[in-house]
Amino acid sequence: MWFDRLLQGVIDTLLMVGVSSLIALLVGIPLAVVLVTSGKGGIFEAPTVNRVLGAFVNLFRSIPFLILMVALIPFTRLIVGTTYGVWAAVVPLTIAATPFFARIAEVSLREVDHGLIEAAQAMGCRRWHIVWHVLLPEALPGIVGGFTITLVTMINSSAMAGAIGAGGLGDIAYRYGYQRFDSQIMLTVIVMLVVLVALIQVSGDRLARRLNKR
Amino acid sequence: MGIANARVALDASPLEAVRRVLHPELNSAHVRFIGLHKTYPGQDAPALADIDLTIQHGEIFGIIGRSGAGKSSLIRTINRLEQPSGGRVLIDQVDIAGYDEDQLVTLRRRIGMIFQHFNLMSAKTVWQNVELPLKVAGVPKAERRRKVEALLELVGLQEKHHVYPAQLSGGQKQRVGIARALVHDPAILLCDEATSALDPETTESILGLLRDINRRLGLTIVLITHEMAVIRDICHRVVVLERGRVVEQGEVWEVFGDPRHDVSRTLLAPLQPALPPSLLERLLPTAPDANAALVLRLRISGQDREAPDLAALFAALGGKVSLLQGGIEPIQDRALGQLVVSVSGSPHAHEAIIERARHWAAQVEVLGYVV
Repeated sequence: MWFDRLLQGVIDTLLMVGVSSLIALLVGIPLAVVLVTSGKGGIFEAPTVNRVLGAFVNLFRSIPFLILMVALIPFTRLIVGTTYGVWAAVVPLTIAATPFFARIAEVSLREVDHGLIEAAQAMGCRRWHIVWHVLLPEALPGIVGGFTITLVTMINSSAMAGAIGAGGLGDIAYRYGYQRFDSQIMLTVIVMLVVLVALIQVSGDRLARRLNKR
Repeated sequence: MGIANARVALDASPLEAVRRVLHPELNSAHVRFIGLHKTYPGQDAPALADIDLTIQHGEIFGIIGRSGAGKSSLIRTINRLEQPSGGRVLIDQVDIAGYDEDQLVTLRRRIGMIFQHFNLMSAKTVWQNVELPLKVAGVPKAERRRKVEALLELVGLQEKHHVYPAQLSGGQKQRVGIARALVHDPAILLCDEATSALDPETTESILGLLRDINRRLGLTIVLITHEMAVIRDICHRVVVLERGRVVEQGEVWEVFGDPRHDVSRTLLAPLQPALPPSLLERLLPTAPDANAALVLRLRISGQDREAPDLAALFAALGGKVSLLQGGIEPIQDRALGQLVVSVSGSPHAHEAIIERARHWAAQVEVLGYVV
């Protein structure tokens, strides 16, 4: 029975983190591309778009997750119909993860040598060719590294979400470890979290290293 | 006027047609700059000012100058990586100023470019790097394979198809750059300090490759460099830039044999051996007496294509003529160089010796006197 409960906790945590990070990946990369290319001297220079988008990203990045989660409760109810459980946690997690990941991906994209962009222009690349064939492949190792950091951060945040009823390992640790002083459960959850984070970090690093041809 | 010229003339304005008949040499102009001007925002001094130049079909044209002289800006106006502030750039008589993105993409596929730091995509293999320009142009796969294979063979990298740039030496990277630049069969190749990051031996092999490409494919090559040796080794004509202006231009042998501007002289200095310190210490600015030996630098500028006649020189100067330093090298089949000689025991007075030397050498410089 304890085993089942812990297994369910792991599944819930993976589900929350997985879904929100996947959405963050799909939305964050285009967002990062727009942030980089619309900046001054960028290939799609558009200062107004850049400023507005940048301000939005900064806004969400500056709100601590716990506060963001509570503040988003009406919005969450509107989207998933409830404020309780795994799917209700996915909404604030996604909204926190997307700008977080977009900023990290933006840094990697910005680090792509300007000479490569110039070479691409000189060979007759259109602007979206440059994004697809130059910016993204060259920044990929950095983006993978950034996504690993995002996953780990989201595990952290999902535990916080667990405390207000989202389920997952955080929920188990809070209810049994904190409210009932069951240190054995607490320890088990900690070990599982450490293993989970280590697995993500190691495989993320390995993938980034394999992609890096520099 | 041939049929080809007649057709060109019909396309152009009547005035242009008349000009072409009167100035046939301009018909072979590949790139022309007319009153070109470039000022960067926030800077008072122009990066380029009043540039009027013509680059002919099939020549290797060198642009040299110190760093910040405007070389990079100038070469980049040819493929519009740099937008001029004023004036015109004509490529095959067509002004490219008003080109939109589509026209620029088409133009840039006719103009290859290689770079000082190679600018290869680190995440792509050698093959993928060379293939990229074809891929973005929508060339079918079979055709791409044929072209990439042929070009990697041309630059001597057939063994390195699936290697990433990080595993290549500098010279090999530049060869990939050259293959990539040539993949669309361009008419013009722009070289932006293409050998400046390479060691002397590799530089030589890359220059040899460029010369070979120029001869075999009839490609017009425009190169910028701060190394006079590069110009000497492969260019036909050269222009010297200083603070965004042309200060000197001409055939390479002319500029090298008789540099008129201070900047050209400074740039040429490394190619000229310095006088030995032991001689410099003994040199006196004025003649202490009539028997002092006169030290002269004689410049041979290659005006006539024959190597200098030393017997004539000795006969003209008279007395004992010692060769202190000197050398001749062939540039564009002309003998260029300088001799430093001391003359003593001549029956002629010092002024007379200098005058006689002037008949023999293009330029005579009195370095001083030795007793």
